[in-house]
Amino acid sequence: MSESTPVERDVMEYDVLVVGAGPAGLSAAIRLKQLNPELGVCVVEKGAEVGAHILSGAVFEPRALDELLPGWQADGAPLKTAVKRDDVYFFTSALKAIRMPGFLVPKPMHNEGNWIISLGKLVRWLGTQAEGLGVEIYPGFAAQSAIIEDGVVKGVTLSDMGVNREGERKPDFAPGMELRAKYTLFAEGCRGHIGKQLIRQYQLDQGRDPQHYGIGIKELWRVPAAQHEPGLVVHGAGWPLDLLGTDALGGSFLYHLEDQQVAVGLIVDLSYTNPYLSPFDEFQRFKHHPKIAQYLQGGERLSYGARALVKGGLNALPKLVFAGGALIGCDAGTLNYAKIKGSHCAMKSGMLAAEAAAEAIAEGRAGDELSAYTRKFEASWLYEELKASRNFGVWLHKFGALIGGAINWVEQNLFKGRFGWTVHDLKLDHASLKPAAVSSKPSYPKPDGKLSFDKLSSVFLSSTNHEEDQPAHLRLADPSLPIARNLPLYDEPAQRYCPAGVYEVVGEGSARRFQINAQNCVHCKTCDIKDPSQNITWVAPEGGGGPGYAAM
Amino acid sequence: MKVLVSVKRVIDYNVRIQVKPDGSGVVTDGVKMSMNPFDEIAMEEAVRLKEKGKVTEIIAVTLGGAKNEETLRTALAFGADRAVHVKEEGEIQPLTAARALAAVVKKEGAQLLLTGKQAIDDDANQTGQMTAALLDVAQATFASKIEIEGSKATVTREVDAGLETLEVDLPAVITTDLRLNEPRYLKLPDIMKAKKKPIETVSLADLGVSPAAGLKTVTTTPPPKRSKGVMVKTVDELVAALKAKGLVS
Repeated sequence: MSESTPVERDVMEYDVLVVGAGPAGLSAAIRLKQLNPELGVCVVEKGAEVGAHILSGAVFEPRALDELLPGWQADGAPLKTAVKRDDVYFFTSALKAIRMPGFLVPKPMHNEGNWIISLGKLVRWLGTQAEGLGVEIYPGFAAQSAIIEDGVVKGVTLSDMGVNREGERKPDFAPGMELRAKYTLFAEGCRGHIGKQLIRQYQLDQGRDPQHYGIGIKELWRVPAAQHEPGLVVHGAGWPLDLLGTDALGGSFLYHLEDQQVAVGLIVDLSYTNPYLSPFDEFQRFKHHPKIAQYLQGGERLSYGARALVKGGLNALPKLVFAGGALIGCDAGTLNYAKIKGSHCAMKSGMLAAEAAAEAIAEGRAGDELSAYTRKFEASWLYEELKASRNFGVWLHKFGALIGGAINWVEQNLFKGRFGWTVHDLKLDHASLKPAAVSSKPSYPKPDGKLSFDKLSSVFLSSTNHEEDQPAHLRLADPSLPIARNLPLYDEPAQRYCPAGVYEVVGEGSARRFQINAQNCVHCKTCDIKDPSQNITWVAPEGGGGPGYAAM
Repeated sequence: MKVLVSVKRVIDYNVRIQVKPDGSGVVTDGVKMSMNPFDEIAMEEAVRLKEKGKVTEIIAVTLGGAKNEETLRTALAFGADRAVHVKEEGEIQPLTAARALAAVVKKEGAQLLLTGKQAIDDDANQTGQMTAALLDVAQATFASKIEIEGSKATVTREVDAGLETLEVDLPAVITTDLRLNEPRYLKLPDIMKAKKKPIETVSLADLGVSPAAGLKTVTTTPPPKRSKGVMVKTVDELVAALKAKGLVS
């Protein structure tokens, strides 16, 4: 039997269905049960367990958590390390850095009262809290598509299990279930593959600025006790990316958690222009900077991972609602890039959508537009903080980290976030690459095996696994484009922007072909965003596949 | 015929194991846990025997802390009819497990205990054998094929020399090897139904079992890192290198 033969699907009905067990989805589920314990609330999660696909820095602002579960401290939430010190550096070269005096640091970058956490651990804890309230969570099941009937989102169809590489059904074939609900909240995170379709279908981005993205690559280290300062936050701009230019923007972070653990990472804006740039190699060489190496030397790398992040802010935020559902968290794009934080925003947006859904169901409604969610959002502190930092990313894109950062400082510290002007950034991330012919190849140093490593040994540390015999979940609209167009024009940048070595150009001359090692995929979605031909579509693989992050 | 299937909660096979810096064990905080893969095979076999009409009831049993309930829910989703949770928060040695399993087999009047040949966390490969000894019943280990006819089971075992076929009288203990079957995908409707199936909780004391304390973990260390290889150009160079290392004389 082939993929197209119709199958009988089991159907389950709920009051509210949540797609994705991250901070947004779980906060929504918890809020729903708090408001009405009788509601049937179901959460599906593509990771093998809750938290397996979660990756974040993370410095966590507890504002939304305080509102959602005020007793979190007594209930054992994994917030263990309070921020003690904030260092902000301008990295001027591979060896030099200038530390910014505190008064020059923009207000949103101050972290008093925040915590250094593993977001993976926090969502596992949120999952336990949600289950305690009666939420049904099903990890290992990926939502494949939205069920849309008469223009109304009615739920999702889960991906089939047991389909082989050729798309034929194996003996253990199990068709994906249909989960239906009065309202479906999409919380897939940045560039959710269903969220992307919904934005297109309902034209949710009409009249908004284009969305902008970055790729964050992170490692977790255990460092010698003498180099460990629990509570220390180090942020940086500049080397190995641009400080004055605008061709390669981004920033770095290094956080000292508990148990001698240090999280280190680099975020590269996906508006970068050089097709030869490799975010992975930039990150590897970044760790050799003396300001960073001083903490990592002699340590052991425990984990590796990567995830795209959505940073267009308020200007690029799509309409949040459509008939039968809503986008919440990074699936919508609520991250506050000026704070480099999205978890508290995601949680808050989930809570607001939950409140709107609970009210609607109490009134006997179903399947309509939750416009109350939009109203609640616009009246919330979340909207206020996104509004105050709406220009941040745009200034950086226009003027670089130093000058753009200075303008942001004026807006945030002198105007205290209250100013009348809005600037726009209309260039698309996938259209920003310059041709390879006019670009120069950076020469990346060979990894030393102590501070820097190669891609494959890194992916190994992400515990990524997919059932091998299944259709590739990275689909090419036109299979000829990578070799026919991307290779001559851009030296096929997928080979470099993918942080997991999924894409390779193999063979010589006319025998050259584009190889997709889909089982390496860490579900970061960068290819779906950055491919200059917009030819790659990320779809959900069999549930349970993907990275197995323990505490990222 | 009642069959008891013993399932253990272990660190998932796909997780990269980290040893705690103080050597007191391995890191389990935030680490994915799942059913021991050999026990999954035992579970699958029990379900297939039931589908063939050889078995009337499948009871899953586990030993361990509160979180082991997840493992029992997985067993119930596979097709176990009900489950017994022997709750014990402390360390469980193979002999303790064997004593508890023997007690549950007797209590339930099970004709067959199916379990994985070993658990992938400690690789002890002792529990099945010790349980059979404590119950004074037949045992067939490392099964790659199981057939049940009346009061006898015919079991094919994988041994070094090839395949060995045993006939054992029931009641018996059978431990399962990798090639016995391929466990099915768990279907979401079955996982949903499993939430409603009954789990009985008992303690070691309820079963009249005293924990064994014969083993003590002294220290845990990661395996040595593989050192860099050397490329040699000729056979002579290889022989010389081997001689230099004292590997050939």
